[in-house]
Amino acid sequence: MAYAAGVDVGSTQTKAVVVDENEQIVGRSLIDTGANVVTAAEKSYLAALQGAGVDEEEVTYVVGTGYGRYKVTFGNSQVTEISCHARGAVRMFPGSRTVLDMGGQDTKAIRVRANGEVVDFSMNDKCAAGTGRFLQAAAFALEIPLAELGPTAMRAEKAVPISTTCTVFAESEVLSWLGKGKKIDEILLGVHRSIATRSIALLRRVGIEDEVTFTGGVTRNVGMVQVLNEALGLRMNVSEESHYMGALGAALFALDRIRSRKTPVKEGSA
Amino acid sequence: MTTNTPTQDLVGRAARDGGTLFRQWFERLSGAPERGEQSAYVFVMGSMAEILRVFDLHTVFPEINSLQTAVRRVAHEYLNVAEDYGYSPDICGYVKADVGMQLRDGHHPMGRVPKPNLAVLTNACNTYIKWSEIWERFYHIPVFTLDVPGSRSAADQTKPGDADFERDRRYVEYQIGELIALCEQVSGKRFDIDRLREVLGYTNLMSRAWRKVFEFNKHRPAPFNAITEGTIYLGVANALRGTPEGARYFEELVEEMAYKTANHIGTLHDEKYRLIFVGVPCYPIFRRFYELFAEWGGNFVNSSYLWFAAGGMDLGFEYDLTRPIESLAEGVLVSVRHAMDSMMFQHQALIDLIDPFHVDGIVYHPIKSCRTVSTGLADNRRAVMAARDVACLYIESDMMDKRVVSEAQMKNRIDAFFEGLATRKLHSA
Repeated sequence: MAYAAGVDVGSTQTKAVVVDENEQIVGRSLIDTGANVVTAAEKSYLAALQGAGVDEEEVTYVVGTGYGRYKVTFGNSQVTEISCHARGAVRMFPGSRTVLDMGGQDTKAIRVRANGEVVDFSMNDKCAAGTGRFLQAAAFALEIPLAELGPTAMRAEKAVPISTTCTVFAESEVLSWLGKGKKIDEILLGVHRSIATRSIALLRRVGIEDEVTFTGGVTRNVGMVQVLNEALGLRMNVSEESHYMGALGAALFALDRIRSRKTPVKEGSA
Repeated sequence: MTTNTPTQDLVGRAARDGGTLFRQWFERLSGAPERGEQSAYVFVMGSMAEILRVFDLHTVFPEINSLQTAVRRVAHEYLNVAEDYGYSPDICGYVKADVGMQLRDGHHPMGRVPKPNLAVLTNACNTYIKWSEIWERFYHIPVFTLDVPGSRSAADQTKPGDADFERDRRYVEYQIGELIALCEQVSGKRFDIDRLREVLGYTNLMSRAWRKVFEFNKHRPAPFNAITEGTIYLGVANALRGTPEGARYFEELVEEMAYKTANHIGTLHDEKYRLIFVGVPCYPIFRRFYELFAEWGGNFVNSSYLWFAAGGMDLGFEYDLTRPIESLAEGVLVSVRHAMDSMMFQHQALIDLIDPFHVDGIVYHPIKSCRTVSTGLADNRRAVMAARDVACLYIESDMMDKRVVSEAQMKNRIDAFFEGLATRKLHSA
């Protein structure tokens, strides 16, 4: 049995996925990226291998993706996270035509064909507003664990309007609302809606076509999923694997490479 | 003794000669004040170079001066001078680099830019009007604004032969008469209509050649890259418009393109994807920007920049030398309106290029500091994608300010664009 792997080095977390010849996930891992990107890629990859019970020698091809893809020093080639999230989403939900990936520092809207071809994409530009970092800033200001953000926001009956589009200024806006005596859950609902508004603007740029699949680390935030579903007026595809979608896409590109040399990957360094 | 082969002589000649001619032109500008010669500040969209040459006025292009500071990686110095003086970071980078240079007494990496004796502009870009007011205040010079009527209503372009066009042409012709009177006053020289005929004749030769040069890029592989080589040709087209050197250069350029296409010599060794570039180049990382595409085998076979910044030469419009002023008015109206319309009616022009130029993708490059050329590009892209199944990339940066140019983010988007193109080719194979 030949195996392929994908390593997605994100700004906040690094994910690795190992797949078998039948495109089944046999191992996965998730660690914080930290300051040493090379080490994070290695550790994540080894953890995924361990989880799969697969030796390194059994993996024929590794594709790196994410902002640190060129730091996956043991990787054979690199593919952008845009292509990987699209590929992973279509594999997991074959009806996917639009993908929203919300990560630590960027949010991507991707329109995709059934064959995984990226038709169009749009990303936040040189600013982390509308990304996971925005939620982190709010969590820090409100002294709430990240995991509690979504459930807390869902308890609110109304939302405090968060007008700023800047992650840095969001923190001071949150604090100013606290100073005015607003409830934490209402402020958090406002934060979630603010992010949803920016994300939907990105989606509109590429055109929203059902089914919409939500990927990336913020998929674990139930509040974000609900707010986006309400704003979009549909039910996005989300799964346990959504956080790993980029790594899965990378692993599938690696599998392509094993099957045939004709895949859209670019070998070499940055 | 060794003799060069035709390939060695011809291939790349226009890029080499263009650089040389451009430097020589700038040296002549630098030495103009010492020789007691006068200069007019003009713009690429409607330079009125033909009239100014009749009065031996040098044409200085502040837009070109500014972009040269970016290409030479010193734009930030000039931008900082202007911002320290009080200009906002949000306004046109070309304006600020020029203001910085004026505050540095004309010192420029290519030489010394002479002070103006006159400024001539059209309303092709609204910033031109405010920009020229800066020189008016700095130097107390006359500023001549040629009011070129734009399209009369949405989605309606008048053409030569239409009654509305003729009324607009007469309006422009009357203004050219006023410009001639002003030039006589500034230069102290009499207007010579035969000299104008001679200058217009050289522009005709350049326009005819420029049109042919575009046609050659329909060939696979394309003989030139519209961003790198095209910008060199564009520089000569503006700087030497209406001159014998300019006409000779473009005739030799046609010879080079003909040779390259006959011998299947492409500008890229392995041209895999044929692209159109829309917008203004990313001058702060000019070479690197090209490489980000060339590394994937992507070649720009056409560019809207070579339309609106070429003073209408891409249209191949030729002046009627038997009625020079009348014909010049028609040419100005056609070319300036074309510059404006190549922003307003651009999507159809792009769609029309897809098949003849065998285009795989279109790259839109809106820039932070120029709303004139960037506004509407998102809608333009959407209209093109609705009409044709063609891959489109939308990347934002700037033509001057490296503070808003993120190479890593740009590379990520460009790589994803090519991955999509590769997948498309794979599935269509």
